[in-house]
Amino acid sequence: MNAPLPRPIVFRRPWYSVALERAIEALIMVCGISAVILVGGIFFFVFREAFPILASPNFGLGEFLFSIEWYPTSVRDVRYGVLAMIVGTLAVTTLAMAIAVPFGIGGAIYLSEFCTPKLRETLKVVIELLAAIPSVVWGFIGLTVVNDLLITLFDAAVGLNVLNAALLLALMSLPIIVSIGEDALKAVPDSYREAGVALGATRWQMVYRVLLPAARNGLLAAVLLGVGRAVGETMAVLMATGHAVQIPTGLLEPVRTLTANIASEMGEVSQGSEHYRVLFTIGVLLFGITFLVNLAADLAVRGRRR
Amino acid sequence: MRALLSHRRLAVGALAVSVLGLAACGEGGPAPRAVLLNRGSDTMINVAQAWAEAYATVAPGVSVEVAGGGSGVGIAALIDGTVQIANSSRPVKAAEREAARASQGADLVEHVTGYDALVVYVHASNPVRSMTLAQLRDVFAEGGRLTRWSDLGVQHGTCPRDTIIRISRQSSSGTYDYFREVALDTRDFKLGTLELNGSKEVVELIAHTPCAIGYSGMGYATDGVKMLPLSNGDGPPVAPTAQATLDGSYPIARPLYMYTVGQPAGETKHYLDWIHSPPGQRLVAAVGYVPLPVPAPGPSGAPAPEAHP
Repeated sequence: MNAPLPRPIVFRRPWYSVALERAIEALIMVCGISAVILVGGIFFFVFREAFPILASPNFGLGEFLFSIEWYPTSVRDVRYGVLAMIVGTLAVTTLAMAIAVPFGIGGAIYLSEFCTPKLRETLKVVIELLAAIPSVVWGFIGLTVVNDLLITLFDAAVGLNVLNAALLLALMSLPIIVSIGEDALKAVPDSYREAGVALGATRWQMVYRVLLPAARNGLLAAVLLGVGRAVGETMAVLMATGHAVQIPTGLLEPVRTLTANIASEMGEVSQGSEHYRVLFTIGVLLFGITFLVNLAADLAVRGRRR
Repeated sequence: MRALLSHRRLAVGALAVSVLGLAACGEGGPAPRAVLLNRGSDTMINVAQAWAEAYATVAPGVSVEVAGGGSGVGIAALIDGTVQIANSSRPVKAAEREAARASQGADLVEHVTGYDALVVYVHASNPVRSMTLAQLRDVFAEGGRLTRWSDLGVQHGTCPRDTIIRISRQSSSGTYDYFREVALDTRDFKLGTLELNGSKEVVELIAHTPCAIGYSGMGYATDGVKMLPLSNGDGPPVAPTAQATLDGSYPIARPLYMYTVGQPAGETKHYLDWIHSPPGQRLVAAVGYVPLPVPAPGPSGAPAPEAHP
């Protein structure tokens, strides 16, 4: 008690320094919660635009979800059924992931475990370049190159179809899956690898038995971000699916996705009209689908942790 | 046919009114650089761009900016007041007139700037020679029975699956509206019809797809596609030519419109007058459409009008 400490007086920070620090703290907090505010705001806006249609007598939720007949501008009988587009979105996304996940995870394993550092740097640059191609360019490739390719290879009646869009989406989500997957594998401590090799495992056994289980959550996140990219992609699928409302019976049939439908029709509708509100309802539906995918992933991750 | 004639008379009327207006406000001095925003029909985008480019040399003080999106998009933009001129390949609807009156306090004024034959295209290798409107309806409209090329009585060698791939425009397109109304008798398109976002895209996809059939403006024809002559009822098939478009023998021809809010004035008016003048009309023919049959009062050698009272 009797050792005088002059320090607090000498080093007292001037008021503006304290104020600045407070301000920065506040700013960072705003940044932190801005994502929440934005998501909430977007959801509120989309739902507010869509909500009045639910009360309209011309609109049935059952018809909306379970009818395939989408005739929003019909002269004779206006019908709003999006089942074919839900199926279209799921078909294109599922096929794209069936192509992209094996290649993506394989690529991540190769990059993180098997290739030389020099080659890795080159490959990573090229893969990131793949991510930098704008989606309208992908759509153009689908419209011209892949279209002709599918007609020549498979005698497809039309080259704009599920397979075309899925190939493009697979290529578009591949860079995401590879780079995030590689990060996840890199995050596994080297002691795991050393322990595996010390027990006499071959490199493949080590990858299969040790690395993949250890990096499971990160790999799942990589795949889900890829799914998110595929579900949300609009421009490329608008050009490559053929944009036809029908439930596909094969991989070479044209379809329409929910996002492409909104993009193609939002420009013409007058604000506040029934069609406008139905398009926003499709937005709510997309929100719901993404939410379910994320929730499922979250539960899966937690289930495994237990 | 009667509709076409009345449009023609209307166009001549509009021209007369605009020429009078031009004489009335001849003075005014050099205006500062003005921007005319012009949006709408995708069918008309090639001719609208040709006009805009040529007009830059006629009136250097005015820049005309052209955008597409479809007739419905252009008219919606006109109603919202974001453009001065909307291009449309279909007449405006009653609801759109109503909306314009409500938001702008003036009526939409129609200007016919040329004609287009809506052409049914198939792949160049397709053996089909011609179609009737009834067959067209059975191919495209909901409830129609024709789904295979063999149903039309042809053996389509380069389309091994025999399926007819129907290619259409997106629903904001005036071409889509016009085709549905005139060719399909307001019936809806079959489910599974491909919808593309441009006149050019339709023709390009048909050129790459042997099984396809689709419709687009006559200005978009290329080497890879074939234009089908159409017949109405028992009549002989008529090919989509300029002559057949103007005399009404080709069953699905239509005017190309420009719309303004209220009677045009100032630069908008000058621009529309120029479009109706011989240099403007020559561009209509240059991009592949049919110019207005004006009984040439102008000085330069406009094409001789076909005989009509």
